[in-house]
Amino acid sequence: MRLKTFKGGIHPNDSKELTKNVPVVPHIPTETIIIPMRQHIGAPCEPVVQIGDEVLMGQKIGDSEAFVSAPVHSSVSGTVVDIKMYPHPGGGESKCVVIQNDFNDTLYPDIKPWNLDVSSKNIKNFVANIQSKEIVDKVREAGIVGMGGAAFPLHVKLTPPKDNPIDTVILNGAECEPYLTSDHRAMLENPLQIVIGSLLIKKAVGASRIVIAIENNKPDAIKVLQEVSSDFEEVEIGILKTKYPQGSEKQIINAVTGRQVPSGGLPSAVGVLVSNVDTASSVAKAVVMNLPLIERNVTVSGDAVMNPSNFKVRTGVTFASLFEAAGGFKVEPKKIIMGGPMMGIPQVTLNVPVIKGVSGVLAFSEPETFGKEEGICIKCGKCVDACPMRLMPNALSMFAENSDVEKLKKYHVLDCMECGSCSFICPQRRFMVQHIKKAKALVKNS
Amino acid sequence: MSNLIVSYAPHIRSAKSTKQLMADVIIALIPALVASVYFFGLPALVHTVVCVLSCVFFEWIWERAFKLPSTIGDLSAIITGILVAFNMPVSAPYWLGITGSAFAIIVVKMFFGGLGSNFVNPALAGRAFMLLCWPVLMTKWTVPDFTMSFVTDAVSTATPLGVLAESGQMPYSYLSLFLGNIGGCIGEVSALAILIGFVYLLIRKVITWRIPVIYVLTVFVLTEILGGDGLYYILSGGLMLGAVFMATDYVTSPMSATGHIIYAVGLGVLTVVIRMFGSLPEGVSYSILLMNIVTPLIDTYTKNRIYGKPKTGGKSHE
Ligand code: SF4
Ligand code: SF4
Repeated sequence: MRLKTFKGGIHPNDSKELTKNVPVVPHIPTETIIIPMRQHIGAPCEPVVQIGDEVLMGQKIGDSEAFVSAPVHSSVSGTVVDIKMYPHPGGGESKCVVIQNDFNDTLYPDIKPWNLDVSSKNIKNFVANIQSKEIVDKVREAGIVGMGGAAFPLHVKLTPPKDNPIDTVILNGAECEPYLTSDHRAMLENPLQIVIGSLLIKKAVGASRIVIAIENNKPDAIKVLQEVSSDFEEVEIGILKTKYPQGSEKQIINAVTGRQVPSGGLPSAVGVLVSNVDTASSVAKAVVMNLPLIERNVTVSGDAVMNPSNFKVRTGVTFASLFEAAGGFKVEPKKIIMGGPMMGIPQVTLNVPVIKGVSGVLAFSEPETFGKEEGICIKCGKCVDACPMRLMPNALSMFAENSDVEKLKKYHVLDCMECGSCSFICPQRRFMVQHIKKAKALVKNS
Repeated sequence: MSNLIVSYAPHIRSAKSTKQLMADVIIALIPALVASVYFFGLPALVHTVVCVLSCVFFEWIWERAFKLPSTIGDLSAIITGILVAFNMPVSAPYWLGITGSAFAIIVVKMFFGGLGSNFVNPALAGRAFMLLCWPVLMTKWTVPDFTMSFVTDAVSTATPLGVLAESGQMPYSYLSLFLGNIGGCIGEVSALAILIGFVYLLIRKVITWRIPVIYVLTVFVLTEILGGDGLYYILSGGLMLGAVFMATDYVTSPMSATGHIIYAVGLGVLTVVIRMFGSLPEGVSYSILLMNIVTPLIDTYTKNRIYGKPKTGGKSHE
């Protein structure tokens, strides 16, 4: 079978062997749970509870009037003890609701047990009989956002502009960031939920085709999903070449459909919706059980971690508790990252809470091969070859250093998605992404 | 854990720094060095050592004089040194190599700002300079001898292309040309040794196949079309050495794949034109120097098509 791929990209050492065969185990929620009101792209929520309130597991505790936003829920049952600003893993601070866990996990009454018989006939019936609007409403109420890291509210994607009908739903199982295996484990352990979720998403947007796209470094996941989806004609498994950033939205669309999202446009402009695989299984749980997004798979890995693991984690527990559950550190970590090593966000403290978009937390003892100094460009062209957006990173970084706004615009700096491929490959160890980030701010403010 | 490092993503880097890439190029040059010592005796090795030491020294002294951070650690000066030596006849005096190295490093490389800022290949510019100032010394060829002495008897001979240009004869067999049992510059005679280095560079992903292969193929095809002996042409003179080690110089060759193709075809055409119609028997160094100069222009016109930007104004999908 021909592997699907895109132009450009790099081949970092994937380091997934640390955790890819480690089954997901539940992480025990801690006594204090900190739920940020900002866990998604868009307007932050405002708390809908007060200090002293009793809350149940799965109860909504923050919401917003804005369309581009997603409500947040309590991941445990207990008492609201504080509402205050608190460090946020995405940087800066966010308003958080702090809950004292009563360790009873008393469920919010709307939430039902999984009562869907999983024969394929029954699933087809269930999907046929549910209204699109009901799916979208349930997805919004459950606060589901893209769980691959971007955390874009899913109900917004499920409501595309009228003049851009969606024909293809792509489930993103590429997981191209090194170290991360949370999606891989989700595909192995909950394949049917993922397929049900994809059918519901397809129904919601009226698409005709579903492609579950997986990199060929996960043959076991490909096999499992091929088996589980064999009864559903509209679902196909797309096998992707293992290459970074295969899982980036624009690149996976190009690989699977051959289409290219126009510069500055959304995937809906080319009739595609992309959703992460774990997000799809959350959709299934939200629609069947009314279960909001309060727990997710998180990979805890990196060379400083004693027992690299995959955990099922409630939102609001601290990074510190995850590392503790993974046996602590075997050497002192020098760098803590939320997400993968290519695009992840470095942390200043371990006392930040897990939010909906956290696919992994990594701890490194040596900031692997970081140069503290950068060289000058030797025009080797490696970054030009690697850029998946087909830009000229070398030229951009040079214009950035000279603050040349006109040239930056002419070379389309705003199309850069900060994937880091250029920095990764540069033999002179230039700080490409850093320069380009600055350049983007410069252009936006000009 | 108060001192966690916060730096921009990506948090990992490819294993290949400039220094490692350059080290690979040096390794790839070793077969050609061994072949040159085999064919020309120890003076070939002495020339190489002299040029390497001179290049490193001139770079170091320049940076010291101008209080610049030292860059000799990137190993690029060593490569320049080897290539300057490889582009000289073994009979040349040692001071010639030192002079050529000085020109390559000081005038061509450091004067413009060091590695990355030079617009022509330093070693080739050094060769052109030596050829211009001391044409006789630079074209006195010796028969390969197999005595391991430090003094080479300057028994004059001619290079395969020299003979071809003068008398239209082809005195060497293809096998001699391939193995290197011929007259010529120190590092260029053995096509076999250079090809071993080429394969190593490909395996280590230091360069792509495009420039060398397209360059050599262009020379072959064009020579055949013009009625010459293509195989003889590609195996003789500095073509192999130039195609593998000098035309592929990062700094002075284009960056995109399309750029590589245009550049390599241009090299091939120029080389054949100079060899067949020019007054010089050899055309590789001048072709590369000329194409180095147009490289910025090629880069300007061969940008990749940006993702999401349709070729023509139309819709980008389907
Ligand atoms: S970070 Fe930007 S410029 Fe660099 S490779 Fe990625 S998209 Fe291209
Ligand atoms: S990879 Fe680095 S050295 Fe090479 S062209 Fe790009 S910026 Fe320049």
